[in-house]
Amino acid sequence: MYNMKYDVVVVGGGPAGLAAAVSAKEEGAEKVLIIERDNALGGILQQCIHPGFGLTRFKEELTGPEYYSRFTEKADALGVEYLLNSMVLEVNTEAKQVICTSGEYGMVCVTCGSIVLAMGCRERTRAGIVVPGTRPAGLYTAGSAQRLVNRQNIMVGKKVVILGSGDIGMIMARRMTLEGAEVVMVVELMDYLAGLTRNRVQCLDDFGIPLKLAHTITKIEGNERVTGVYVAPVDENKKPILEQEEFVPCDTVLFSVGLIPENELSKKASIAISPVTNGPIVNQHMQTSSEGVFACGNVVHVNDLVDNVSSESETAGKFAARYAMGNIPAETKTVTCKTGRNVRYICPHTISLSKEAETVDLYFRVLMPEMGAKLVAKCGDEVIAQKKEIKVNPGEMNHITVNTGKITGDLTVEVIKED
Amino acid sequence: MKKDIICTICPKGCTVTVEGEAGAVTSITGFGCKRGQEYATAEFTSHVRILTTTVKIEGRDSDLLPVRSSRPLPKEKILDCMAVIKEVSVKAPVSQYDVIVENICGTGIDIVATKTMQ
Ligand SMILES: Cc1cc2nc3c(=O)[nH]c(=O)nc-3n(C[C@H](O)[C@H](O)[C@H](O)COP(=O)(O)OP(=O)(O)OC[C@H]3O[C@@H](n4cnc5c(N)ncnc54)[C@H](O)[C@@H]3O)c2cc1C
Ligand code: SF4
Repeated sequence: MYNMKYDVVVVGGGPAGLAAAVSAKEEGAEKVLIIERDNALGGILQQCIHPGFGLTRFKEELTGPEYYSRFTEKADALGVEYLLNSMVLEVNTEAKQVICTSGEYGMVCVTCGSIVLAMGCRERTRAGIVVPGTRPAGLYTAGSAQRLVNRQNIMVGKKVVILGSGDIGMIMARRMTLEGAEVVMVVELMDYLAGLTRNRVQCLDDFGIPLKLAHTITKIEGNERVTGVYVAPVDENKKPILEQEEFVPCDTVLFSVGLIPENELSKKASIAISPVTNGPIVNQHMQTSSEGVFACGNVVHVNDLVDNVSSESETAGKFAARYAMGNIPAETKTVTCKTGRNVRYICPHTISLSKEAETVDLYFRVLMPEMGAKLVAKCGDEVIAQKKEIKVNPGEMNHITVNTGKITGDLTVEVIKED
Repeated sequence: MKKDIICTICPKGCTVTVEGEAGAVTSITGFGCKRGQEYATAEFTSHVRILTTTVKIEGRDSDLLPVRSSRPLPKEKILDCMAVIKEVSVKAPVSQYDVIVENICGTGIDIVATKTMQ
């Protein structure tokens, strides 16, 4: 086995891994390595040719490739090193070793001071949600269709039905329309949109594509190729109302039913995983349950905005560098962030307190949409931060900033309805 | 005339209610910030969108160059622009922000590369 030695090793070269590597370098880590299984850096953003990235961070609307190239340029200038076409097979948290296969060196063992996990997420597939019917050609997850159309020049179909109103599905509805396909409808089980409102406006409304909320696909027809789907409204219990079922002819079905963090490596390394996010449990420095192992981006929780990914990844990179240099503030106490009313999960899950007070951004998602809301963070009965929002939505991440100097014990984040 | 416009500047997606006649805005409410106020005022009179797509690279079957309009285009021109871009192919290498189609459909806006391709 080929041996290498680095201060910080980053697994995954998407926007999370890139931002972590850049900030580790900036914090003073000397040798930083990114290991990426694809033949190029950029992660999922390579296929996200649409605009909508960087509004918060760069105050302009960039496409995926423009967004990540700002980070690859910085990484190059700072001397971050890469191993491409290299798949990480194992992470040894105790010995701080990362084992990967590499086209260039064969099997490689990289020993390092700290590790950043930034493997992103993968799509839920149809098997995970079970639609009855045959298994003909013409069924794709929205993201795999996006990769085929945008990176490999393969058109996946002419008459399309999309199941799920997630962002990737809506973005593919516009993309397929621009490429000359007819998108018949987008079918969503819930009675509200899964993705961002702006994607509904720009991707569906602009092209007159119908959105069927509280509907589902009950059956897929076709032998060799899809010939159509049955679509029916659902009742309050999400059960299809079969009397109102209708047949919709199409040759392609895209599934946009959500993403799950890619954590085979983390699980194998016995890193504690949250059952809600399916990602590692992290503190405010993005450190996992294994000391010196950090995680950031979609591998921790599925983000809708890459701007948030970049900022939490910078935190991960910064503290990974400090850990490698033996420079992490001594912990005096750990508190847990607990979910209160209408909060599904919070990231970070814990806060490590030390003598130095710091500000911490708590990112969280709500369970249900609500108008006129107040976001509150409190320790016991004492409110330590609050913020008003015109509306909250499960598809959109919220955040509230707290100062660790005010934390007296476990912290609860809740959403209060205001009139 | 009264229109509800969903602001698409940031993920909040505020519903901004605009009232007015023939492009002159008389009342505007519901925006969460100033950028949204400007967006809704512009949307009330004309719709513009950034267009993104891909173009073929000569001699490569399974590789595409991602491109965008340098500025937002009038919405009603989008499909015309797509028809023009479909006929275009480029020779590698291409640098990010190289102009691929100049002044597309007489809009005064260019189609530029969003990625460097060796
Ligand atoms: C279709 C789509 C549309 C989106 N639209 C927007 C938008 O309009 N605006 C916005 O702000 N955000 C958008 N996002 C969200 C944003 O793109 C993501 O939040 C961001 O890409 C996450 O970055 P990441 O680095 O965590 O993951 P990824 O980009 O997925 O990168 C993970 C990388 O890790 C690599 N990897 C995984 N496992 C291994 C391994 N074992 N060994 C080596 N390498 C490995 C992968 O190959 C990949 O390159 C969109 C996302 C998708 C999928
Ligand atoms: S009005 Fe401001 S806060 Fe509301 S969506 Fe637009 S940019 Fe965002």
